[in-house]
Amino acid sequence: MNNIDIIRISDLHKTYRVGTVDVHALRGVDLTVKKGEFLSIVGPSGSGKSTLFHIIGALTSPTSGTAVVGDQDLSRMSDAERTRMRKRTVGFVFQKFNLLPNLTARDNIAVARHIGGTAPEPTPEFTEVLRLLGIADRLDHKPNALSGGEQQRVAIARAIVNHPAILLADEPTGNLDTENSRTVLEVLRDLNQRMGQTILMITHNPEAATYGHSTVHMRDGRIVERT
Amino acid sequence: MRSLLSVLLIGVPVTLILCLVGLSHGFIEDSQKRNLGIGADLLVRPKGSSFLSLNGAPMREEFVALIAKQPHVQLATGVYNQTAEGVTLGAAGIDYDQFAKMSGGFTFVSGGRFARPDDIILDEFYATQTKKKVGDTIELLKSKWHVSGIMEGGKLAHIVVPLKTLQTRNDNPNHISQVFVKLDDPKQVTAVIKNLHELLGDDVPIQSMDDFISLLNVNNIPALAGFIAVVMGIGVVIGFLVVSLSMYMAVLQRTREIGILKSLGASKGFILGIILSEALCLGIAGTVSGIGLTYGAAALIHALKPATLPMIMVYEWWLYAGAITIVGALLGALYPGLTAASHDPIEALSYE
Ligand SMILES: Nc1ncnc2c1ncn2[C@@H]1O[C@H](COP(=O)(O)OP(=O)(O)O)[C@@H](O)[C@H]1O
Ligand SMILES: [Mg+2]
Repeated sequence: MNNIDIIRISDLHKTYRVGTVDVHALRGVDLTVKKGEFLSIVGPSGSGKSTLFHIIGALTSPTSGTAVVGDQDLSRMSDAERTRMRKRTVGFVFQKFNLLPNLTARDNIAVARHIGGTAPEPTPEFTEVLRLLGIADRLDHKPNALSGGEQQRVAIARAIVNHPAILLADEPTGNLDTENSRTVLEVLRDLNQRMGQTILMITHNPEAATYGHSTVHMRDGRIVERT
Repeated sequence: MRSLLSVLLIGVPVTLILCLVGLSHGFIEDSQKRNLGIGADLLVRPKGSSFLSLNGAPMREEFVALIAKQPHVQLATGVYNQTAEGVTLGAAGIDYDQFAKMSGGFTFVSGGRFARPDDIILDEFYATQTKKKVGDTIELLKSKWHVSGIMEGGKLAHIVVPLKTLQTRNDNPNHISQVFVKLDDPKQVTAVIKNLHELLGDDVPIQSMDDFISLLNVNNIPALAGFIAVVMGIGVVIGFLVVSLSMYMAVLQRTREIGILKSLGASKGFILGIILSEALCLGIAGTVSGIGLTYGAAALIHALKPATLPMIMVYEWWLYAGAITIVGALLGALYPGLTAASHDPIEALSYE
């Protein structure tokens, strides 16, 4: 970890309009994350954790406030700029493993590489990552032939194949048993420690949260505590 | 499964177009060949008749003798045309000896020339189609005939009968449909036509066989071009609708996958590109299946009605039919594709 702030968020609001009702998903979030940090985010369901990720990950735009990732201001981005940002700057891992079902693990990763526009052949560095993830010999299987833990590790490989500045993992162990959860969490910690990958991870599990350097607590669209 | 069904559905109008084109070209080619086989240099038709007139005999038979006496005319013979089945299959009443002299005679596969007034000669195609052989009785042109010979095809008509008998049975003695003329010197065609016009009147259609045969082309078949255009229009619409529905369902089914691609940074253009390429594949596969179905249809037609429906493959129309189909498919994919491209990735990812 070094002293560059890779994420700077202040007074961030996000309001969804559902019919005629305004849903205030985020009500003034302030957060800074340093490059190389592994941050856990906890909080009750509906407290706005995923929404925060969607904004940091440029899947949607904030209603008000500032959100700067790297040197890019997310609050004033066009659709095309957000698309570019998703390509290279962030990588997502979701609770549902979200692999493309008709493609092998290898092709799932290749698709991300293709979209990201990076070299078609994996770098030696990435081959090392695959070994680290323990899926190097499972790459020619389709998702339904992989265990949940394996699928999630393929999803992690896919998320970091374009070397994103930030890895966003939204409840990555939410669908996994204890055994598989531990493998995935250890993989994340390894990625953070060995490659200096900045990671933000949402979790419901207090034990999982301890894998991060620090934990942010959210409630009702705000950050209430950082430990 | 859905794709397979779409491909077949898209193939149907392709087949329709190709069969229609194949039948019209086949019919034209068949008539050209049969007319060339006559061995005539000139053709004299009744006043006011169209080049496609296949029926009726309004011309008086005396003309034949008159024409035969003209300079450079070596031989003239009258023929009585009557449609036998639909508009595509006709029978011809001939004066056997004169016609044989002009054309070099028929090549018989079995049997031979007329011996009885009610004799009939069929070509191989029609004999196959009707499963008749020499000696059989065949009911045709509203009466019974006795098959005296089966000939190779390609001369005048698929069915020939004695001129006199046909005239009598039609209650139209001494009348014919047209006169074929053979010259002693084919270079004299223009001069002879001029002379015959003076003799018979300017309004009597007289043509060299070459001119007449060049009139026998697909563009001259009335209403055919319009009909093909309509079928092609239907092809575009079906391609459009099938692909549109199929792609729309595909997009709904794959909402989540589209969300995944978007979260990986896929642009709108990328998503649209995927949908359009799939439509392109459907269009191409549909065309190919349509061509396959056309071969099936052609085989069936050749087996059942080789004489009535002489169908051929017109390869250049594969391109036209394919292009039309692919355009329809791409247009059909445009709306589903744009819908997919503008999916909100967050909603798409939470889609079950
Ligand atoms: N796309 C959306 N449209 C409308 N409301 C939404 C949308 N996404 C989230 N919300 C609402 O915003 C609030 C925060 O949701 P979310 O960020 O998913 O919370 P968490 O991830 O902490 O469970 C919830 O009340 C949720 O219903
Ligand atoms: Mg959530």
